Amino acid sequence: MNQPRKQETHPLDGLLRVDRIPHIWCPGCGIGTAFSASLIAMRESGIDLEKTVMVSGIGCSGRGAGYVNLDSYHTTHGRAIPFATGMKLAKPELNVVVFSGDGDLFAIGGNHFIHAARRNVDLTVVCVNNFNYGMTGGQVAATTPINARTTTTPAGNPDGPFNLPLLAYASGATYVARWTILHTRELMESIQEALLNRGFSFVEILSPCPINYGRRNKESGIASLKIYQDKTIIRNDARPWELEIDFDRGIVLGKFIETERPTCTDRYDSTCRPKELLEGEKTLE
Amino acid sequence: MRPAVLTGEYFMTGDVACAEGALAAGCRFFGGYPITPATEVAEHIAGRLPEVGGTFIQMEDEIAAMASIIGASCAGVKSMTSTSGPGFSLMMENIGLAVCTETPCVVVNVQRAGPSTGLPTQGAQGDMMQARWGSHGHYEIIALAPSSPQEIFYLTVEAFNLSETYRSPVLVMTDEMIGHLSERVVIPEAKKIKTVSRPRPKGSKARFKPFEPGPSGVAPMASAGEGYHIHVTGLTHDQRGYPVMTVETQEAMMAQIMGKIQRNLDDIIRIEEYRLEDAEFVIVSYGVSARTSLAAVDEARELGIKAGLLRLITVWPFPEARIRSLAKRVRGLVTVEINLGQIHLEVERCAAGQAPSLLVGHPGGTIIPPGRVVEALQEFSRGGV
Repeated sequence: MNQPRKQETHPLDGLLRVDRIPHIWCPGCGIGTAFSASLIAMRESGIDLEKTVMVSGIGCSGRGAGYVNLDSYHTTHGRAIPFATGMKLAKPELNVVVFSGDGDLFAIGGNHFIHAARRNVDLTVVCVNNFNYGMTGGQVAATTPINARTTTTPAGNPDGPFNLPLLAYASGATYVARWTILHTRELMESIQEALLNRGFSFVEILSPCPINYGRRNKESGIASLKIYQDKTIIRNDARPWELEIDFDRGIVLGKFIETERPTCTDRYDSTCRPKELLEGEKTLE
Repeated sequence: MRPAVLTGEYFMTGDVACAEGALAAGCRFFGGYPITPATEVAEHIAGRLPEVGGTFIQMEDEIAAMASIIGASCAGVKSMTSTSGPGFSLMMENIGLAVCTETPCVVVNVQRAGPSTGLPTQGAQGDMMQARWGSHGHYEIIALAPSSPQEIFYLTVEAFNLSETYRSPVLVMTDEMIGHLSERVVIPEAKKIKTVSRPRPKGSKARFKPFEPGPSGVAPMASAGEGYHIHVTGLTHDQRGYPVMTVETQEAMMAQIMGKIQRNLDDIIRIEEYRLEDAEFVIVSYGVSARTSLAAVDEARELGIKAGLLRLITVWPFPEARIRSLAKRVRGLVTVEINLGQIHLEVERCAAGQAPSLLVGHPGGTIIPPGRVVEALQEFSRGGV
């Protein structure tokens, strides 16, 4: 009988801080898949990884920065984007990837998201949306579906969630996509495109949180994946205002926006820099 | 296009002198947000940074402004923000991030009267304890208090130098009066301005630990994009920068953050003494209040009261040793400040009962006139307080 070859290494070892494994993510959690897809996309995209930085906020997904074997910054709750903005504008040659969760990026950090998108800061923002605050034990988030139960909405969520691609589009993002952790191939390709897109790029990744969200909403980890398989439709041309997450009618996935406009740095240079300084730089090159 | 160091003699406000000091120190990133009476710092540097190869951005709030300057500094660029009370409150969490991650940066607070929105256009010195303790947890911080536009120029340079030397945020705690005061400011030649940059790593990139102290007691700092693959976190971390949730790691990290300041008090603390040699009563003051106190010393001397002034240029870490030694030999200490007793509490603590301590304070919105200080000295010298 053929013995399976004993594998001592992981295909992503070079990009992982293996001395920090095991990670903190729960069994059935989708962040690991979202994280792996991001790392593979970073490797496959051909960008200079020595010039690539991962910035995270706080929360389960916010731990991403702690596991990537690149320059990585684990900042304060909600502030990954303004931190990344300062870093990118100060050193435009860096590729700055923000990897964080829905609570971090859209509740406490929502203001920063819309302004970085408005300015078209050349960042890649990867948001793992698990519909709740997992790190603190499952509280309601700005993405929690109406009526869903969480520890702070024990009778069901009275509020509605954000449509994140619509928010990104309306704020000025130049790349907007949504996938789930089940759609790994599309997801990896999408993150690659986002990395290579000049401008503010946003990828939302729907991801199960069986321990804190699923448990209270009669949705096991495998049931979440089944929903991602049965209830999703890929429509790359979908209009952003038709992307509300509705588990009964179906969830639209795809690449919704891919466009070009000058980045924050482009506009700053052309508007604010003295012409002679820009010309001087050109002759130096 | 003007150079980064605008050598020459000017009539300029404290806020503008502050911005020019930052440029002279090598500041090339400013993340700001408008707020009276600090707006002019941002306005001035917004026009100046692009011509010296730097970047200005007006962020969406002060939380973002503070986060952006930490990000810029981690990219290897000297960075600064300026604000006043309400914005200073919003910056507190990320000031703690800069402390914990040992990221150099400079925060200027042009103080106005609080609490809350208070008196936006009128000065005070009410944020001195917030400067010391405003972010959560225990830590050391460096805060400087300039008394003139000329001094704000030099102290902003110093703030950057201390920040880079000790890998710590440094606060320039000025006030509306100094910020909006126009006076003669001399900017020396660039080569006469000493600038310092953070300690940098040498040797193997693979073995580099981002929080392992070097010979100076401060860890060399690698910037993003240099190939060191560093991890930086606001969680309690070990010398590798990895989060480790143990009491031992907390103790070691805190010893590092606290120790690098506490071991170097002689280098960090700057004070100025006026007529202290034979003084029986010592005024302790800083910022704009030190100016009115200076006049009070001379007036009191004319009335036969042996007064002197200890001007705190560095307010944090507090010049404890000097206050203790003075308290042993003088008849009284008078703290003059535009709040209702903040540095006064520190003076009283350090005097430890060896000399009586008196506050000449004000809730904010105006300077304390020399006459009020002289009256207090008279009362004090008669033993009436």
